[in-house]
Amino acid sequence: MTNSEKNRLKDKAFQVFGVFCTFIGLVVLAIFLIDIVIEGVARIDWDFLTSLPSRRAARAGILTAWAGTLWILVLSAIIAFPLGIAAGIYLEEYAKKTKLSNFLEINIANLAGVPSIIYGLLGLELFVRIMNLGGILLAGALTLSLLILPIVIVTTREAIKAVPRTIRDGSFALGASKWQTVWHQVLPASFGGILTGVILALSRAVGEAAPLIVIGALAYVPFVPRSPMDEFTVLPIQIFNWTSRPQAAFLTNAAAAIIILLLITFLLNGIAVYLRHRQQKKIKW
Amino acid sequence: MRVQEKIIEGLLWLSAAITILITVSIIWVLLSESVKFFSEVSIVRFLTEKEWTPLFAEKKFGIMPLVAGTFLTTVIAIAVALPIGLTIAIYLNEYAHARFKTFIKPLLEVLATIPTVVYGFFALTVVTPFLQSFIPGLAGFNALSAGIVMGIMIIPMISSLSEDAISAVPRSLREAAYGMGSTRLQTAFGVMVPAASSGILVSVILAISRAVGETMIVAIAAGQQPRLTLNPLVPIETITTYIVQVSLGDVPHGSLEYRTIFAAGMTLFVFTFLLNNLSFWIKKKYQEKYD
Repeated sequence: MTNSEKNRLKDKAFQVFGVFCTFIGLVVLAIFLIDIVIEGVARIDWDFLTSLPSRRAARAGILTAWAGTLWILVLSAIIAFPLGIAAGIYLEEYAKKTKLSNFLEINIANLAGVPSIIYGLLGLELFVRIMNLGGILLAGALTLSLLILPIVIVTTREAIKAVPRTIRDGSFALGASKWQTVWHQVLPASFGGILTGVILALSRAVGEAAPLIVIGALAYVPFVPRSPMDEFTVLPIQIFNWTSRPQAAFLTNAAAAIIILLLITFLLNGIAVYLRHRQQKKIKW
Repeated sequence: MRVQEKIIEGLLWLSAAITILITVSIIWVLLSESVKFFSEVSIVRFLTEKEWTPLFAEKKFGIMPLVAGTFLTTVIAIAVALPIGLTIAIYLNEYAHARFKTFIKPLLEVLATIPTVVYGFFALTVVTPFLQSFIPGLAGFNALSAGIVMGIMIIPMISSLSEDAISAVPRSLREAAYGMGSTRLQTAFGVMVPAASSGILVSVILAISRAVGETMIVAIAAGQQPRLTLNPLVPIETITTYIVQVSLGDVPHGSLEYRTIFAAGMTLFVFTFLLNNLSFWIKKKYQEKYD
């Protein structure tokens, strides 16, 4: 075999390896999803969705868990979005290229890299102890808001950046002030992009268990939370709790709860992908 | 009008400034509790003792077993994610059709959107029993399956960041290599990967930082036994798992046990902070070499 034949063979071999690597992760994921569905889908029925937790696996449901997840989602959205979008607007539209704005940028990138469990420790000390809230919904939502804030800020900035200069110039030329330009031109034009980022941030928050465990969310909450001041649990914590029990029946429960959690996650991500797709199709500057 | 504009700008600035407040709060919370911890346990003991048993009657406060556990799961995860992720990046850039690329990239991103507690369940109930079928002596909780599953989770992180880095290399370099008669493989490893090495390095560092801070997979599948070992077959405990373990129990506020989670958290924060800033530094230093 000549040298160039050898090289061509190696090239082909790597191509095959490349296909293998590209699909290995997806194949593993598929195996896993099928395994989960086989194990859990029979357990999902109306009772499972509407029952309170129980020490007996067959009677336990996820009512309090998904209600808690829903509460956490709504509250975190209310807290994090105005803050994150406002910060994004400031950094993209107002901030001058100074040392301070440079520092702000590095700082936000750093916050995005802080492990979620550290946010849990922050929430534990700040909200649970110092503000004396205890392990309630509001404390959990505040903690997760801080966690997703960097994501909201970064995606808001990217969406705003995509709005062309000419739109702002046109608005200024008509005598609009800075804020009028931002509010009436830039924000509506970037709304789709911001919404996409916001939904992705929420899908991140839905799956978080560690920071909520640290602030003291309980695994066993025998009632549906009625206000932000109530104790709570969320789906990921319920899954964690069931997974760490030795009885097989609880593993089946965990698989069933995972199906519900994945449905929520995929739904949120699906909406985000759809919005981004529509945005890219619709707008041609 | 003028006043209103100023007020709005002030409010927007305040929102941005809150992010600094968050960083300061994180550091302050970790430091203040850690300082109290280190006033009772010397740093020397913390760094040199070989056991971590703060919850036992006979207390030992050596962080090294937790660091070893974290190190072990991280190394396994990177050993899985780096070859696969980098190969995907090269394959998509040098071999695959553009249409295949636009189809496969969002699918790979799905791997990163799955909640980590779900990956933990997977590691414990699928991967560990599977590995046990041909690795005798693999414990029910172990670093190996947690690390492998964590590696699968961070594949898209390495593949997409490395892909960005490789596609940022100017076309002319690739064409020059082809012009010299190189195959695609020779072009990829002889020209493109070296040219994109700083970007690839950044992706790996960020992946390491992510793996170090990962919590639920290891909390579910790697065990809760702090152990100074590099044996991937036995139960270990990571820094993050220890924090979860204490949080699940009933440790009174202000006790030494309560403070251990902040000392552990401080250690974790220092690691990830250094890694993240190293990646920013490399990015800044080498980014615009070709512009």
